Amino acid sequence: MQIHPIIVALRRHKAGTLLIALQIALTLAIVCNALFIIHQRLSHLSEPSGIDEANLFVVTNLWGEQYSTDEAAAKIQQDLAALRQLPGVDNVTPADSYPLRGGGWDNFITLKPEQVSMTTDASVYTGDEHFLRTLGVKLIAGRDFHADEVQNMGLRQNFVPPVTIISKALADKLYPNGDALGKPFYSMSDKPTTIIGIVERLHRADVSTWSAPYANESLIWPIRMAQPWGVFYIVHTKPGQLDEAMREAPKALYAENRMRMISSKDGVRSFAQIRHLAFESDRGMAVLMSIICVVLLAITGAGIVGLTSFWVGQRRRQIGVRRALGATHRDILHYFLTENFLISLAGVAIGVLLTFGLNLWLVERFEMQFLPLAYVLGGMVILLLLGQGAVFAPALRASRVPPVEATRPA
Amino acid sequence: MISYYLKLGLRSLRRNPILTTLMVLAIGVGVASSMTTYAVFRAVSGNPLPEKSAQLFAPQIDIWGPQSRAQGRELPDSLSYTDAMALMRDHKAKRQTAIYPVGFNAIPSDVSSEPFAVRGYAAYADFFPMFNVPFIYGGGWNASQDEARAAVVVISDQLNQQLFGGANSVGRMVHLDNHDYQVIGVTADWNPRPRFYDLNNSSGFTDAPDFFLPFNQAVGTQTETMGDNNCYGSAGRNPGFDGWLQSDCVWVSYWVELSDAAAAQAYNNYLQAYAAEQNRAGRFHWPANVTLRNLTQWMDYEHVVPPETRISLLLSLGFLLVCLVNTIGLMLAKFMRRAGEIGVRRALGASRREIWAQFLAEAAMVGVSGGLVGVVFTGIGVYGIGLIFEPDIARLAHVSAYLVGLTLLCALIATLGAAFYPTWRASRVQPAWQLKSN
Repeated sequence: MQIHPIIVALRRHKAGTLLIALQIALTLAIVCNALFIIHQRLSHLSEPSGIDEANLFVVTNLWGEQYSTDEAAAKIQQDLAALRQLPGVDNVTPADSYPLRGGGWDNFITLKPEQVSMTTDASVYTGDEHFLRTLGVKLIAGRDFHADEVQNMGLRQNFVPPVTIISKALADKLYPNGDALGKPFYSMSDKPTTIIGIVERLHRADVSTWSAPYANESLIWPIRMAQPWGVFYIVHTKPGQLDEAMREAPKALYAENRMRMISSKDGVRSFAQIRHLAFESDRGMAVLMSIICVVLLAITGAGIVGLTSFWVGQRRRQIGVRRALGATHRDILHYFLTENFLISLAGVAIGVLLTFGLNLWLVERFEMQFLPLAYVLGGMVILLLLGQGAVFAPALRASRVPPVEATRPA
Repeated sequence: MISYYLKLGLRSLRRNPILTTLMVLAIGVGVASSMTTYAVFRAVSGNPLPEKSAQLFAPQIDIWGPQSRAQGRELPDSLSYTDAMALMRDHKAKRQTAIYPVGFNAIPSDVSSEPFAVRGYAAYADFFPMFNVPFIYGGGWNASQDEARAAVVVISDQLNQQLFGGANSVGRMVHLDNHDYQVIGVTADWNPRPRFYDLNNSSGFTDAPDFFLPFNQAVGTQTETMGDNNCYGSAGRNPGFDGWLQSDCVWVSYWVELSDAAAAQAYNNYLQAYAAEQNRAGRFHWPANVTLRNLTQWMDYEHVVPPETRISLLLSLGFLLVCLVNTIGLMLAKFMRRAGEIGVRRALGASRREIWAQFLAEAAMVGVSGGLVGVVFTGIGVYGIGLIFEPDIARLAHVSAYLVGLTLLCALIATLGAAFYPTWRASRVQPAWQLKSN
């Protein structure tokens, strides 16, 4: 197949050629960036939390009366006992936050007490001796809390427990040599806290982009929060009994003490629901970008079909002449396929520049990451294939033009 | 003549239904995607209080010093209790209020109904005139009630419905947590979005607050903030509620009303002087650093428009651009295919201008049809946007006459813009060539 005559012929269709190339270029730029956004958002969606999500749910319990710290602590113990009575319940822990909740408590961490700028930032969880077992977090070094280490903390009380269990991500950030166990750090206090345990993974409570540099950096303090407003109960159920336990838990709590509020709308949430809520905007973005990609590719494909069909109609006589002079069906088919390939190649070449331009702009304005080359290569292949696929039907029609067309007026 | 052109256009569009459908669909889909994302963008970036936005300002004070802004952080967007109270005492603005979000259990007087959670704000008397809060019964409290820590409350229309069946409840009592409050006013349905005065705590698109009560009263009863509390490195603060109040933790929103630029400048100078004074007094060990932003600047600063919304709008516009390039190509093909016909019309005396008008009329028909398809798709898009964006934000976007009009206009302008080159080419057809080749 000779390329030269195709290029000469294209010179007579400058505008059409340019428009197809431009459309392919713009489509490439948008599709590549959209695919990258989709991938990023989806990987966010499936971020592991380190906890046994399938068998966990959370009860948001608001007190109906204002309790002092001691009263609240006592009420919590009664509630825990009531929840443990339920047949489907395996373990319960009171908490003031949980992974993927959004927002929450986080502290600056330093390695020295006099240090003014932070070493890193950790999501803070408070938990009793049941916290790790209830959440199903895997302890990889050290030990769990002893019951006598757990202190009650009321409203605006301010103390730093002497011991803590931290996530591996935080341990590695603080002590990169892997010897964090038994070492101290400071957390917005001049008193140190000593690492007595390290867990494999514990997602932060916060899910916003702000937290991205501190991914999975969390610490647990042996504290039982006894706040006047209320408490979260994190409940671990026996396999297969989640739904049943979620129905029974509020009933059991109300039966135990009526002066509380557990919202019928969102007072009891499974971790599947919590995860769904946490990444709602990520999922939405991925869906929107997918729709844009699919429709955009469809429109570009349809545009190529339309324009090529027009060209075929316009050149029936020339095709007839070529056929009369000995060109086979296959020659004609290849002519149009090659023609489209050349145009697409030009479009893709311009498109690569546009793609990186758009990405650079997104990086600057929206703190996106740089586009990996694989996406651009993938996008190029998709568009070249799309072009060939779109041009195939008109090209096939062209190849069926009989030689006798040469004798007919245009 | 126009009606003749339109008739010709219709005939031509009918002759090639697939190409026509493709053009109309491309325009419709392109316009609809842009309009849907624009509807969301407009909903979240709208000015919540246009009549006052230039006179309302939020101050910031550098309370933690330059080292707190390593890692690209900015000045805290709330004040500490200490600073907020100092600013309230100095009373340098026309109106001013400290604000923080609080939550209570409302306990109905009727013992058979269960308590329920309510959320609202603790604020000063100026809050209501500053933000033009509309009342259906009564009004806000006054400055002397602020001083006296009066146990009064302004409740929302909705809470009034819930507690008093919508009757005039001024003077009645409301039981919130362990305290009784006398209703002093009932607001009309009031929920500016975004809720500019709470952007430091929330995304600004949540349900309307249930009540407002005096700031001093809320602090006096040791009411916890339901918003953010940020204690950069405030190590060694005293325990308890008072220790927290005296600490350098920031959690108080602060707004001032200043009538003109001169007043804003004067207030900015005052803030500078205040921070400098703190430096001299040994509280801040760094030079005074303050900002004063008006409402719209504050919304930008707080990134009210989520990046998702901006990126979506941007890519939708790109999408529209591709659709238009597509339309240019298809129109060019369609028009040039009729070169022969154009040649005949030109030979019979039609001017270039008339040819141009004829094809533009045809393009306008595509544009209007594209717009109508676009309106349908926009409707579907706005309806479906709740599946994509966070419900709080998505439900703000709705199909209005404005949106429908904008969609049609946008489709028409875009199509005529796209038709510019193809119609120009059509009008340049050389009659002699066309007649000869036949």
